[in-house]
Amino acid sequence: MQIAINTVLAAGMTFVILTGGIDLSVGSVLALCTVVGATIMVREDLSPWTSIPLALLACMATGAACGAINGWVCEKWKLPSFIVTLGMLNVASGLARVVSDNSTITGLPQPFVDFGNQIYFGVLPSIFLIAIVVVLIGWFILRFTVFGRFIFAIGTNEEAVRLSGHNPRIFKIAVFTISGLTAGVAAMVFLLRLNVGSPIAGIGYELNAIAAVIIGGTSLSGGKGSIIGTLVGACILQVLATGLQLLGAEDNVKPIVIGTVIVLAVVLDTYRNRLLRNLEAR
Amino acid sequence: MTTDFKETAPGADPVAIAERDQDHDAGPILKLQGVGKRFPGVVALRNVTFEIERGEGHVLLGENGAGKSTLINLLGGLFPPDEGSIWFNGAPYHPASPFEAFSKGIRVVHQELNLLSNLTVAENLLFEQLPSRRGLVNFREMNRRATELLAEVGLDISPSTVVSRLGVAQMQLVEIAKALAHESKLLVLDEPTATLTSKEVDRLFEILHRLRERKVTILYISHRLQEIYEVGDRVTVLRDGQHVTTRPLQGLVIPDIVRLMVGRTVEDQGVFREDIQPSDEALAVDNLRLTETSPPISFSVRKGEIVGIAGLVGSGRTEAVRAIFGADPKVAGTIRVGGHAVTIASPKDAVAAGICLMTEDRKQQGLLLDMSCAENITITDLKRLSRWGLLDRAAENAASERLVASLRVKTPTIFHKVGTFSGGNQQKVVIAKWLYRGSNALICDEPTRGIDVGAKAEIYELMGRLAADGKGILVVSSDLPELMSICHRILVFSNGRIAGEVPRAEFDQNRILSLAYEEYGRARGN
Repeated sequence: MQIAINTVLAAGMTFVILTGGIDLSVGSVLALCTVVGATIMVREDLSPWTSIPLALLACMATGAACGAINGWVCEKWKLPSFIVTLGMLNVASGLARVVSDNSTITGLPQPFVDFGNQIYFGVLPSIFLIAIVVVLIGWFILRFTVFGRFIFAIGTNEEAVRLSGHNPRIFKIAVFTISGLTAGVAAMVFLLRLNVGSPIAGIGYELNAIAAVIIGGTSLSGGKGSIIGTLVGACILQVLATGLQLLGAEDNVKPIVIGTVIVLAVVLDTYRNRLLRNLEAR
Repeated sequence: MTTDFKETAPGADPVAIAERDQDHDAGPILKLQGVGKRFPGVVALRNVTFEIERGEGHVLLGENGAGKSTLINLLGGLFPPDEGSIWFNGAPYHPASPFEAFSKGIRVVHQELNLLSNLTVAENLLFEQLPSRRGLVNFREMNRRATELLAEVGLDISPSTVVSRLGVAQMQLVEIAKALAHESKLLVLDEPTATLTSKEVDRLFEILHRLRERKVTILYISHRLQEIYEVGDRVTVLRDGQHVTTRPLQGLVIPDIVRLMVGRTVEDQGVFREDIQPSDEALAVDNLRLTETSPPISFSVRKGEIVGIAGLVGSGRTEAVRAIFGADPKVAGTIRVGGHAVTIASPKDAVAAGICLMTEDRKQQGLLLDMSCAENITITDLKRLSRWGLLDRAAENAASERLVASLRVKTPTIFHKVGTFSGGNQQKVVIAKWLYRGSNALICDEPTRGIDVGAKAEIYELMGRLAADGKGILVVSSDLPELMSICHRILVFSNGRIAGEVPRAEFDQNRILSLAYEEYGRARGN
């Protein structure tokens, strides 16, 4: 079930990485969003039908705000996103503790818990559905919109885009906002699945998201990649984790295998590109 | 061919090799025999055979894509040939790496500058063998030797300057100085003058002359045909990866050389369109100041007019046009487009006002190399192709197809990546993207740098067509004959100010050059 959360985070991460940036803060932004969402939903004075949509909105707004701050700070002071989002990782994590008073928040409304357990068409859990919708929206934006074209163009050559008469900063702030927004959505998925808001949720999630994007063939230097690739990357990670579990691999061995596979996947991708180019040549 | 070779090959006989190794002063320094090299999709070199004599100045010519760069890279040890053999200094030559080429005595100054931009000039110059004592760099010795080398190329900068702070021309001179830091037997220069002004070029020729007195062989590549007579005794022409001829330069005139390069006759310079009568003002700049202390710049360009900007590299030409376009900040000045004052704080404002800038560095600033031809053309105005933020690909492809056909961009489809295009075709894509935007004031910074003769003529013709359409064109160029052939007027920049304006009727190379040097003479108190 981890795959749903990772896919949603990785979808937003794809936007950032395509422009040549990175977002290390998504894990702790997710934690912040879970406690914000949970705090709203456990309020006794609101009916579930008010509190659930409100929590959803609050999650997305909190995430988007964190992302927008990331992007704005990067562009305002021309800082590398690595540094800025590393800062946000800590800030959001601290805020999550403050909001939750350092405790996990339980007792989410029953309709919410029920929706989380819902399975559609006999095979499709609700949280998968959310992940698929997020991927489809991301795919559509990158493939069919002007905004998507600019993301690829900025990742390819930001200065050329600027000198073509555009303002790349707006787009770069936008991709961080999108990444924050998907962290908010992923927080809802987290709440649906585990039914607790926790300030220590999401630790290391950013690295899994980055791994999914990279395995999916998106270039860390920007300009090349796709969100469908990211989905495949997230699936590969999940299949590995589940597969190792079924094989009865020791817990200590799993990260060793997964780490190796991440590197091998990128090696294979490079090799495959070279092979394709040679084939084209013939 | 092959049997012929065996009879005359130096070193075909082991005894001959031994003899030759002892006697380095005889026979050709470099011999290529049936050399071939394939890349995915292209045959870069095919059965190339020629010799370079010891101590001669040898000019290598060919249009873009003729295989010159491939040949140089073979010599520089970047990759091995697929076929044939190379002999250097009497021995078979197969360098496994650029370092091996370097240590065997072949020094290549590539067209793309290969300096370490965060290190100082001195560190770059002596990088292969930093003067050191017990593993610690001897900075005093390093700076002393660097100062000598810089003096040799006439570059007046401190050896401790960080390379990234230098201009392109200065970097080029540093590259040449670097080649002088170590004695080489064969010095290969790929388009060394592309970014240099005439004074610096003269300096370079002096250096090359001195090197030849020291028996260094020079292999020289340039698109500026006027200058090759200064450097070379003999010329080798490549066309489409094949060897066309190797012959003495003496008695060979430029039109003949061009014919050998392109296999057909072309106008080697632009044709001035007498028929165009400039009308109203297209672009005017009033008292533009880049910094508080810099002199004000004022000039105007009329519709249908091609105005040249001449001047030495570093005279403020590029800086001025970048400031007009909003790419770099300025402190004062008004800009009028079509008679109306406009506020330009960023390239976005400039483009909206109808100004465009074709930057001097196509690859770094002009193009999205990893993206398709169509995507590069339409990037200047995607709004026109979209409704509610959705791209209309059919409209995009149609617009791109139309421009590709009208500018005769050579590409199999508009979906090919521009990174694979030749320099001339890349420049056409840059022009296409601004035509697509419909800009009325076109600023072209070095529009023909590194472009072959055929493509140059097409670009000149295109500029004439655009002027005839009523666009105002400003051309910055280091190639004076080029400006003199296509422009109505030439503004001469010197040390940050406009030293003078020369109308077409009074075009004279000496006059323009003396204007270009004017402010520098004054600055030094001459």
